[in-house]
Amino acid sequence: MVAKRKKKYSVGEGAQFMSRKAALKKLQLSLNDFRRLCIIKGIYPREPRNRKRAQKGQSGIKTLYHVKDIQFLLHEPIIWKLRDYKIFNKKVGRARAIKDFERLHRYLNNHPTLKLDHIVKERYPTFLDALRDLDDCLTLCFLFSTFPSLAHVPRDQSALCQRLTMEFLHAVIEAKALRKVFISIKGYYFQAEIKGETVTWIVPHHFSFEPQHRAEVDFKIMSTFVEFYTILLGFVNFRLYHWLNLYYPPKFNSINQNEGEKDLVDENVYVAERIAALNFPLSKTSNEVVEEDLEIDAFNNDESPEKIEELKKEAEKDKQLKTLFKGLKFFLNREVPREPLVFIIRCFGGEVSWDKSLFVGSTFDENDESITHHIVDRPSMEKHFISRYYIQPQWLFDSVNCRELLPVNKYFMGEILPPHLSPFIDKERDQQYIPPEERALLDASIEHMYKKDEENDGEGVDDDEEDEDNEEDGGENEDDEEESDNEEESQNEKKLSVTPGEVFKEVPWEKSRQERQEYRLREKLVKNKHRKLYKSMMEGKEKRAKEIWLLRKKRRLHDAEKAEDTKGKKKVAKKENGPAKKNEAATKGKKKSKIN
Amino acid sequence: MGKTDKNLKRKVEEASNSKEIEEEKGSDSEEEDFLTTLNGDEDSSDSDREIEDSEDDNNELVEDEGEENNDSISGEDSEASDELEDEEEDESDEEDDSSGGEEEEEPLSEESEEETSEKEDESPKSINKLSESSKLDKNALSRSKTDEYADNDTSDEEDIRNTVGNIPKNWYDDYKHLGYDWDGKRIIKPEQGDQLDAFLKKMEDPDFWRTVKDPQTGQNVVLSDEDIQLIRRIRGQKIPDVNFEEYAPWIEWFTSKVEQMPIRKFPEHKRSFLPSKSEAQKVSKLVHALKMGWIKTREEQAKLRAKKEPQFYMLWQTDDQTEEMRRIHKHISAPKRLLPGHAESYNPPPEYLFDAKELKLWNKLKNAPWKRKLHFIPQKIDSLRKVPAYPRFIKERFLRCLDLYLCPRAIKMKLNIEPESLVPKLPSPRDLQPFPTVMSLEYKGHTDMVRCISTEKTGQYLLSGSDDGTVKIWEVNTARCLKTIKIEGVVRSVEWCPNQALSLVLVASDNDVYLINPHVGDTLISQKTDAVLSEVPKSDHIIPERIRTCVQWLEPTQELYERGVRLHLKHFKEVTQVTWHGKGDYFATVMPDGANRSVLISQVSRRRSQLPFAKAKGLIQCVLFHPTKPCLFVATQRHIRIYDLVKQNLIKKLMTNSKWISTMAIHPLGDNLLVGTYDRKMLWFDLDLSTKPYQTLRLHGTAVRGVAFHKRYPLFASGSDDRSLIISHGMVYNDLLQNPLIVPLKRLQDHDSFNDFGIFGVHFHPLQPWVFTSGADSTIKLYSN
Repeated sequence: MVAKRKKKYSVGEGAQFMSRKAALKKLQLSLNDFRRLCIIKGIYPREPRNRKRAQKGQSGIKTLYHVKDIQFLLHEPIIWKLRDYKIFNKKVGRARAIKDFERLHRYLNNHPTLKLDHIVKERYPTFLDALRDLDDCLTLCFLFSTFPSLAHVPRDQSALCQRLTMEFLHAVIEAKALRKVFISIKGYYFQAEIKGETVTWIVPHHFSFEPQHRAEVDFKIMSTFVEFYTILLGFVNFRLYHWLNLYYPPKFNSINQNEGEKDLVDENVYVAERIAALNFPLSKTSNEVVEEDLEIDAFNNDESPEKIEELKKEAEKDKQLKTLFKGLKFFLNREVPREPLVFIIRCFGGEVSWDKSLFVGSTFDENDESITHHIVDRPSMEKHFISRYYIQPQWLFDSVNCRELLPVNKYFMGEILPPHLSPFIDKERDQQYIPPEERALLDASIEHMYKKDEENDGEGVDDDEEDEDNEEDGGENEDDEEESDNEEESQNEKKLSVTPGEVFKEVPWEKSRQERQEYRLREKLVKNKHRKLYKSMMEGKEKRAKEIWLLRKKRRLHDAEKAEDTKGKKKVAKKENGPAKKNEAATKGKKKSKIN
Repeated sequence: MGKTDKNLKRKVEEASNSKEIEEEKGSDSEEEDFLTTLNGDEDSSDSDREIEDSEDDNNELVEDEGEENNDSISGEDSEASDELEDEEEDESDEEDDSSGGEEEEEPLSEESEEETSEKEDESPKSINKLSESSKLDKNALSRSKTDEYADNDTSDEEDIRNTVGNIPKNWYDDYKHLGYDWDGKRIIKPEQGDQLDAFLKKMEDPDFWRTVKDPQTGQNVVLSDEDIQLIRRIRGQKIPDVNFEEYAPWIEWFTSKVEQMPIRKFPEHKRSFLPSKSEAQKVSKLVHALKMGWIKTREEQAKLRAKKEPQFYMLWQTDDQTEEMRRIHKHISAPKRLLPGHAESYNPPPEYLFDAKELKLWNKLKNAPWKRKLHFIPQKIDSLRKVPAYPRFIKERFLRCLDLYLCPRAIKMKLNIEPESLVPKLPSPRDLQPFPTVMSLEYKGHTDMVRCISTEKTGQYLLSGSDDGTVKIWEVNTARCLKTIKIEGVVRSVEWCPNQALSLVLVASDNDVYLINPHVGDTLISQKTDAVLSEVPKSDHIIPERIRTCVQWLEPTQELYERGVRLHLKHFKEVTQVTWHGKGDYFATVMPDGANRSVLISQVSRRRSQLPFAKAKGLIQCVLFHPTKPCLFVATQRHIRIYDLVKQNLIKKLMTNSKWISTMAIHPLGDNLLVGTYDRKMLWFDLDLSTKPYQTLRLHGTAVRGVAFHKRYPLFASGSDDRSLIISHGMVYNDLLQNPLIVPLKRLQDHDSFNDFGIFGVHFHPLQPWVFTSGADSTIKLYSN
């Protein structure tokens, strides 16, 4: 008997994948419903190993879902809810068409709602999984919390986002989990470490909502995402609060208005209240301290002792970071963006307040003598207290990223700020450009520099210091770039000295040149199999090297320009007078002194 | 437009007055006349003013213009006045009912008339003034009746010829003028008399006490009696209006009495005392709906709303324990977004900011944003408060959402290796010395490309053949040309006889192959060679037709003999290559165009040739004798065939996998073959191993034209059209299990290119680790260690 001939694509990759159209047919759903279901259930198309086979021999590129995924959707009870929605929409449509408003009202009041609790558990088997996937959730929720009521974004949703994000911030404050902060042109990046998982989120700058073109952004899709994310965030918050021995939902002291009134107050007041709430600690269920910092045991012998030492140092620094602002009192001036700053300061144990007459929730007055830092973002102020530093907000961010309190002298009011560096640069990666400022931080020569700065301050020569810095930076750059240059210089020095006779000198770069040549010959022997890979890798390397070179060049040009500028200024200053300079120095002293 | 206002008022007054007069029916004609002169007849008033103008020239223009304005607006005014009249009528009716204020009015108007008559006598100017004052009275009258103008119009009491407005007059103290009239002309201050004049006036003028100065015009104004009366009344704290009756009887507009009887004559309906049935029905419906839960109270609604809000509870009991449930199949979690670098900072280091060129490039890639270096333009903002919202934030979030649910996911293994690790680890060239590293000598003398070179077996002399139709013999150590042998035609191939007992070289040019005694070196040998070659071996062998048409062994002509040619072979096609067998008796010639007769093996001692192949296997490029075995390597365009010359059969066919073979060389041990191809490759064949190349070397950038093995050292070299000579280490081990070691050692590039040709011939010194190269730049170079 002849074996039955197998049909093509009945096994293997051809049977494993399903195009979207086939999936829709199988699920008996409209595209919109399917999309919603996919978003909520976290189903995504998959890239087959062999597309042609997976598409059953069809050409073109199709959205392919795994058959098992579609079967998984098939068993989802939500599908029935979606069908209910369909019926509901029909009913509502009819009632509206015949103008039966009573019925319409009734329908609208009991519209079907999706319950997503089980999906959260299904998608995130453990709490840690949920934490791991919290980045997008938080960023989107923070964005939606700034939204007005839109066509597809109900007011309830953005209000819920506001509530949940605020709760999350409180949890982070209580857990002292914040690690890194960064002011980007896109928004404030925050990175927290919760239970060993890093969670990064972006809080957009003020006035982030802009009406978008319909072809550009579909708020309906985003709203569906937020629908799921709010539920996820709620459960995460609940567990976090529970872990931190806090009541959930939290009771905020300052918000004591009832619901009706809250609808009436305008947006600004509402925002102000949210920030005010950030400024007060939450009530706790018990006074036990959640201590999860464990000393790193020396059991893991497989690692080298240096590494363990390094890890220990890191842990020590992290611990130090948690109490970075402890004992410091901050006062925020009116123009400073309050929400991120209050969050940061509270996270690291500082006290913060602002003008009572402008926003609610301030805890102490501007005239309080115990304020240590006054955060200003304007070039000058009329009233000064001797007892405090007037600094710009970037100091907070840089200090946090540095995990220690940086010297404030570069951040005084009206100073031109040093560049704000990203804390998210992976230091292990080679072939990346490190700006001189960061190198200064890495070299731990910061204290040295600081000392020098102080000395300079004492002498009252600020410009010189900058010059020196530049020169140093320049020197470092050159060191890295071209060793040969330095050697050339040393040769030049040698030429000056008198040497008896002509001794054959090996050309210093000859050796490296030769090595390079040899390498070039050798790299031609790369296996055929790896040739393309090698080529692309080398291309990438070259590209990166070029980028670094470009950045160095730009920096060098910039520094040269700046040096020229300062020189010009100095000349002018010299032409003027000595005393004027002294005065300047006096004003540039560490503490701006003037009694109100 | 004060004038027009005034006019309007006048008209109104006139109307009201006339009505009163009509009612009175006994009014004085004089008054009527006066009124008409004032308001009704334009002509008469004009005439009045003309009189005034004659006195006061300054104001002439103003007045005229005022009139014009009057005319133009009068139409509208009349309408307005009509309306006003109506209103007044109504009010006057009311007045009629209540009290007759008119009786008091009459005498007053008479009074005013008397006064006017007095003033008329005095001066025409005062008439005007008076008219105003009388109008004032009228105004007051009308006010007493109707309070119509009380609040909005008092401007008619002022002279508003001056346009400066209500400003402190002392501002004009230093000027000659007081202000500006309607034309914008200055109003000059009237002449101010000195104190003496003032005194005289005081003495002489009886009206001096009632003369005041108008601050607007600077004119003296004589107050009328009414004015004075008004002032007096104000001073006396009386009501300024003379006509106001302080003690008028009280009129009770609304009754204060409580009526005993109903006003309507029918009683209240029963309905009004019974509860409404329909309302009760409605209420019961509502109650029912409440009971049934159809409608909700507000509290209930709030509760429901709270219930609809998501309820959170402890979803995960522990941190890391999972509950068994159906989950997504082989979940691939979405990759996290890349974290921002320094460039994204609001205050990045200055080098990250775009310069003009980068910005231009960024803008240029508008339609291909994925090619951009950064997806945003770095910005430096000097202060945090100035940081604006990122305009693409929502869009970026949206794209991320799209990625999350629409982007196909797959697990990709990421290679985390350094590119250097892909480069094979080879011993350092320094450990593999000696090998030629520097160019030490250059042999100049040829005038055209040098295609082929060869050395004597001892390495003392170098032989070269060039396109200029000469063969030159050089002394290797001094680079001196010892001999130049002229040969017509391009010399395609030369080779020194490997037999040391013979001083003989083989030269191929066009269709001819010459055996030349170069007469260098040991004279004994060369003489012996001459002697050996002079005698023609006798044989009765009949040369087959096939060979005879192919090659003819000729004695050289006298001329050729003098040049050193000892034997002359004439072929039927162009010869491209000649090569000796290792013993030095046989040699092979290659004629690529010869079809099945392209390879010819000739024996010098017998002066005989034979054609080893009966069939053409392809376009033959070159042939090579095995150094020890009786084998012949024949390279066609793509393959190399190895023939056993004794058994006369094919041993092996080597697959080169390249398009066009150019040359080949065999390792002195005979187990390895190096093949150069025009498609830039060099192929190392290990003959024991496989018919496929053991290693393909892509060392050159262009066609390889010459390859050579060193006889003693483990070296091989290759020259190509890219003018470079690459010397490599090619160690062959006796151990069969160990594969040859190939290490490229040195790249030397000294030849110039000519017609896109670089190096043609590569030849090692037989004893020293030196290498000769002949190039298209008509030079030969020696590289030594």
